[in-house]
Amino acid sequence: MSNTMPTTWKRPPVVLKNPFWRRVFYLGVLVYLVLALQTVDVNWTRVYEGLERGWRFIEGFLLPDFTTRWTDIRAGLIESLTMTVTSTVAGVLVSVPIGIGAARNLAPAPVYLFCRSIITLSRSFQEVIIAILLVAMFGFGPFAGFLTLAFASIGFLSKLLAEDIEACDHNQIEAIRATGASWWQVVNYAVQPQVMPRLVGLSLYRMDINFRESAVIGIVGAGGIGATLNTAIDRYEYDSAGAILIIIIAIVLVVEYSSSHIRRWVQ
Amino acid sequence: MLELKQLSKTYHTGDRALTDISFTVPAGQVVGLIGPSGAGKSTLIRCINRLVEPSGGSISLANTELTSLRGRALRKARRRIGMIFQEYALVERLTVMENVLSGRLGYVPVWRSFLRRFNGDDIALAFSLLEKVGLGEHHNKRADALSGGQRQRVGIARALEQNPELLLVDEPTASLDPKTSRQIMRLIQTVCRERNLPAIINIHDVMLAQQFSDRIIGLRAGEVVFDGKPEGLTDDVLTRIYGQEDWAQVRQDQSGTDTEKRSPAIDVAEGV
Amino acid sequence: MTQAQTQTGPTWQFRSGKQQLLRWAGWFWLVALTVFCWELMNRDTIWAFVADAPDQAADIGDRMFPPAWGYVNELWGPLWDTLNIATLGTIIGVVIAIPVAFLAASNTTPSRRFVRPVALLIIVTSRSINSLIWALLLVAIIGPGLLSGIVAIGLRSIGFVAKLLYEAIEEIDVRQVEAVRATGASGAQIIDYAVVPQILPAFWGISVFRWDINIRESTILGLVGAGGLGLQLQASLSTLAWNQVTMIFVVILITVVASEWVSARVRQAVL
Ligand SMILES: Nc1ncnc2c1ncn2[C@@H]1O[C@H](COP(=O)(O)OP(=O)(O)OP(=O)(O)O)[C@@H](O)[C@H]1O
Ligand SMILES: [Mg+2]
Repeated sequence: MSNTMPTTWKRPPVVLKNPFWRRVFYLGVLVYLVLALQTVDVNWTRVYEGLERGWRFIEGFLLPDFTTRWTDIRAGLIESLTMTVTSTVAGVLVSVPIGIGAARNLAPAPVYLFCRSIITLSRSFQEVIIAILLVAMFGFGPFAGFLTLAFASIGFLSKLLAEDIEACDHNQIEAIRATGASWWQVVNYAVQPQVMPRLVGLSLYRMDINFRESAVIGIVGAGGIGATLNTAIDRYEYDSAGAILIIIIAIVLVVEYSSSHIRRWVQ
Repeated sequence: MLELKQLSKTYHTGDRALTDISFTVPAGQVVGLIGPSGAGKSTLIRCINRLVEPSGGSISLANTELTSLRGRALRKARRRIGMIFQEYALVERLTVMENVLSGRLGYVPVWRSFLRRFNGDDIALAFSLLEKVGLGEHHNKRADALSGGQRQRVGIARALEQNPELLLVDEPTASLDPKTSRQIMRLIQTVCRERNLPAIINIHDVMLAQQFSDRIIGLRAGEVVFDGKPEGLTDDVLTRIYGQEDWAQVRQDQSGTDTEKRSPAIDVAEGV
Repeated sequence: MTQAQTQTGPTWQFRSGKQQLLRWAGWFWLVALTVFCWELMNRDTIWAFVADAPDQAADIGDRMFPPAWGYVNELWGPLWDTLNIATLGTIIGVVIAIPVAFLAASNTTPSRRFVRPVALLIIVTSRSINSLIWALLLVAIIGPGLLSGIVAIGLRSIGFVAKLLYEAIEEIDVRQVEAVRATGASGAQIIDYAVVPQILPAFWGISVFRWDINIRESTILGLVGAGGLGLQLQASLSTLAWNQVTMIFVVILITVVASEWVSARVRQAVL
């Protein structure tokens, strides 16, 4: 029986079914890679010299020096942590109304458009770019950093919150509305219970992000541990830089671990 | 021939799932394994191909001791045993053909299976098996685009693609409607007859078990409480296996829904 | 919600007394912490500068507009560099992330005791350190240029991709794995036939998602000398050429929106 059966089989292509376009696609990828790799001109002697510094950095990472620059590190850390807390709280407070306004099932069209444009604006730019502008306006220091992180949090939280509200169980909203409830009561009784646990989870997640970002915006003058790190690297003090990085990693771990606990507790 | 001696299994949670199970299955015999939920049917079947590690006793397939095998030798033993699963367990995002060909994985080197370059014979066998189970046209479809009955047929083809010496079947019909269940059981019975293939079929439906097997083994709380011909399943025996129940009533209910019993025997290729 | 039984008959209370108290304590604690942080943070803030901000903003706004439209011609090269940093960096990151993810997933790792913790450590290290910091380090080590940017993006992407990928691996349907194992397949074959098909959509989704994020991040890497649009931004900022800065922002905005669109389309197609 099996002699009459075909002895070859090829898996049919999944995406590009036409063989011609498939070839064109592969060729395009190849050409792109060649062109892109050509733009990377590597100065190999510089890289070779760098190896020694790279090794020193790894050494600094393995044998970090917490003490020499401890006052700087401590000041930077305090700025980073306080920035993280205040900007997350401020971000949540502002993003709740914006998130509700950006939910299609709750907000009238003009409010919806307004809130959506705030979200797009906030999400399109890197924290660092926002920080540059805000530092120029508000001067150096953690206050500009606080504003940056709060602004970035608004885009992040409002967008996800709005998506959550839009994904809410429609029947529950209808049921509450059917009792003759006002708009406020609908939000309070039908929407809030459904999105509250998620909002807590998202806020904690954003806090984690805010801390990591707070370590970066210092590079452009917006306060926090980033400035200390930048100085340490500029001075080639890799053991201090290693210490700072280890502290950042440890704090991220702690924040992640405790937020997963809090999230479980809330749900 | 499959031989089990004093097989027992205790899960690390402390559940004693099997106690001193011994029996032999000669070539060509279709064994229906019945018992209440939690009796240890799945555990027994999975111990044989070592998806579950037995905690004691021995299992030998054509004089190969299976319980002590490791690594490569274990894989070589597994490829001799075909297995059919309750929820089909097809790799849903692969094509039907790849699912069937995965039955050859124990035989081909990794690079061949990675490039999907199977031997011509394997491919021809897969095509003929798909034809046999009535899915000749569907080989390039993705597995998740098939109906339940069709998926189970692919599962059967995958097991047969291994050219097995033994078929293990774990609740093949639990997710299927009565008519399809019957077709699937008949298909399994037919292929076992054709190849003189022994099979252990773990099944909840006593009527199906009686109709399609040569021998029934009843399991209760991890022990064999019945072993004999299907005709021997009297109300007493069923009570011993399952506990008190009005078996006459159950039988009546069952046959009431079975209008299809007298339809022509060959509906294998009718496509579901 | 509990039902408190009192002598006068059942009364319904939203929450029991103790829970209520705990809640209030929680809120109070949060407010106190925020106020404390606020005070600590603003110890050195010079409020005169903050009060001055509207004027500053108006001034900068004045200088930013109209944008230096002609400047766009000098941005094509850096834009191309930025795209290359993001794409090549993503490729490097993804290629390294794949084995890391398999070593980190508890159902595919060769050893939960020894290998898994190392893989998780790689992931958390890579995730904790922003690509700009990676770039800062790399510029100091191997010198300024595209290579530093690419490696920085790659290093940052490893953790992100590996984390999401290993979570996907841990969530696969084990029955499909068992079925393939039962045919006598070897470890590599099980991964090829049972695991990979299940995680492939997630894999493409994650990679494209990260590419989209990387486009955004690579626009600023030049600030520390790692090439791309950021170099131009740095130059314009240091000469206070705010109208050029606006032009750069416009280019960044368009690029980011376009890449987000591409990534959304691709993710739609694979899921
Ligand atoms: N992975 C496991 N870990 C611990 N205990 C298990 C495991 N699998 C099964 N058991 C226990 O072993 C016993 C037998 O289970 P098994 O799945 O073999 O029963 P079964 O006869 O197949 O039942 P069903 O008809 O419901 O499928 C049960 O008590 C079950 O709780
Ligand atoms: Mg079972």
